[in-house]
Amino acid sequence: MADFFFTTTTGGLLLIVGQILLIVVPLLVALAFLMYADRKIWAAVMLRRGPNVVGVFGLLQSFADFGKYIVKEVVVPAGADRPVFFLAPMISLVMALVAWAVIPFNDGWVLSDINVAILFVFAISSLEVYGVIMGGWASNSKYPFLGSLRSAAQMISYEVSIGLIIIGVIISSGSMNFGHIVASQSSEFGLLSWYWLPHFPMLILFFISALAETNRPPFDLPEAESELVAGYQVEYSSTPFLLFMIGELVAVVLMCALITLLFFGGWLSPVPFLPDGIFWMVLKMGVVFFFFSMVKAITPRYRYDQLMRLGWKVFLPFSLVWVVFVAFAAKFEWFWGIYARWAVGV
Amino acid sequence: MTQIDYTRAAKYFLLQDFAKGFALGIRYMFKPKATLNYPHEKGPLSPRFRGEHALRRYPNGEERCIACKLCEAICPAQAITIDAEPRDDGSRRTTRYDIDMTKCIYCGFCQEACPVDAIVEGPNFEFSTETREELFYDKSKLLENGDRWEAEIARNLEMDAPYR
Repeated sequence: MADFFFTTTTGGLLLIVGQILLIVVPLLVALAFLMYADRKIWAAVMLRRGPNVVGVFGLLQSFADFGKYIVKEVVVPAGADRPVFFLAPMISLVMALVAWAVIPFNDGWVLSDINVAILFVFAISSLEVYGVIMGGWASNSKYPFLGSLRSAAQMISYEVSIGLIIIGVIISSGSMNFGHIVASQSSEFGLLSWYWLPHFPMLILFFISALAETNRPPFDLPEAESELVAGYQVEYSSTPFLLFMIGELVAVVLMCALITLLFFGGWLSPVPFLPDGIFWMVLKMGVVFFFFSMVKAITPRYRYDQLMRLGWKVFLPFSLVWVVFVAFAAKFEWFWGIYARWAVGV
Repeated sequence: MTQIDYTRAAKYFLLQDFAKGFALGIRYMFKPKATLNYPHEKGPLSPRFRGEHALRRYPNGEERCIACKLCEAICPAQAITIDAEPRDDGSRRTTRYDIDMTKCIYCGFCQEACPVDAIVEGPNFEFSTETREELFYDKSKLLENGDRWEAEIARNLEMDAPYR
């Protein structure tokens, strides 16, 4: 039986499909509950109760919402470019899901163990901008179009600093493979040897850039419905809108996973006497997601020029200087060599 | 060269506002919720609350309304329509007393104007309907409301009496 999966083509394909389902299905189910958690946390900070009617404590609220979105009518604006109009949300969702192919959940638990994994994630998350641009353009309406330009500029601006921050981590670990990056954070000191300590300022910068990159508050200008008539999704309804929304949230969870892997040692145990494992990965992602939700609750929205100023005049110089600093610190092994813990041979 | 406020700059770069906001957010998170679980939990109502209208009766079952039409006259939304005829025993009574609840602005002038406390706005605010027609109340509906809410209405009038 095992031979069938490992030797024949059909078996191999089935195996890959099975692995994909094993990642995507739990991810989407978890997403429904994360959406619920997000709303509950947001509500709790505002002294509200949040969703509490559908299911026990409202736990099934997201599924009710999904159902509602799906049964609504799909409205296509007159003069819209139909193929592009429907392609845009699909790109948004698929690109967000594709990046999970290289995210490991435990030692070796990864769909595709490639050496340039981090570059792959970075490239795919850049392609997500196309969903936004196409959605705004295909709607054949000026507000979505302006909204899509705004969102695209925002996502591209913050990708620059995210890229530079990632370079710092790559220099420290000497590898672009997530498995190696996590392995290089492992030592007998537990959580003190994770990269959050040597790269602390960059952790904050990465977190804030991730907020901007995934259009979360306080940088949710793409969907600032009260001030800027939403953005690229103005003309979307029903399932296409649902796809945009899921794509956005998958990207948020992906950013949680990235922060966990790059700065918090992925599946490594924070204390030496406890075993490593996938539960640490999930737990850390949950904690990071909690911070994402809290930020949504406590911050007012940035103005667009403030957003751009922060991205280009604060984050970019900071991360650039940090890359240079890390490069020197790693090369000459300053600070007892904490910046140079290469996982692979130099 | 402009003077740089280093304290402020340090606070900005250390994200002091966000740290404070986060602490405040966490504190608020564990406070009791302000939301009422509405259908199961309701907020307190003042005795002066102006809800759904009702026509009251005297304890012997006689209608209070004497068809003076003061409420019809004062109604700013002109929601009340009254027709009156002497009854067989010679007393002045309404034959028709309609309130268009879709016009009513719940100002309470009708109950202020009423010399016999016949038309009152009771404590009920849950009278939404599925059709517009159901909100055109007639005399029998209003009297029925009066019978149904009499206990609460009488209590509210009594509690509010010292202030009138």
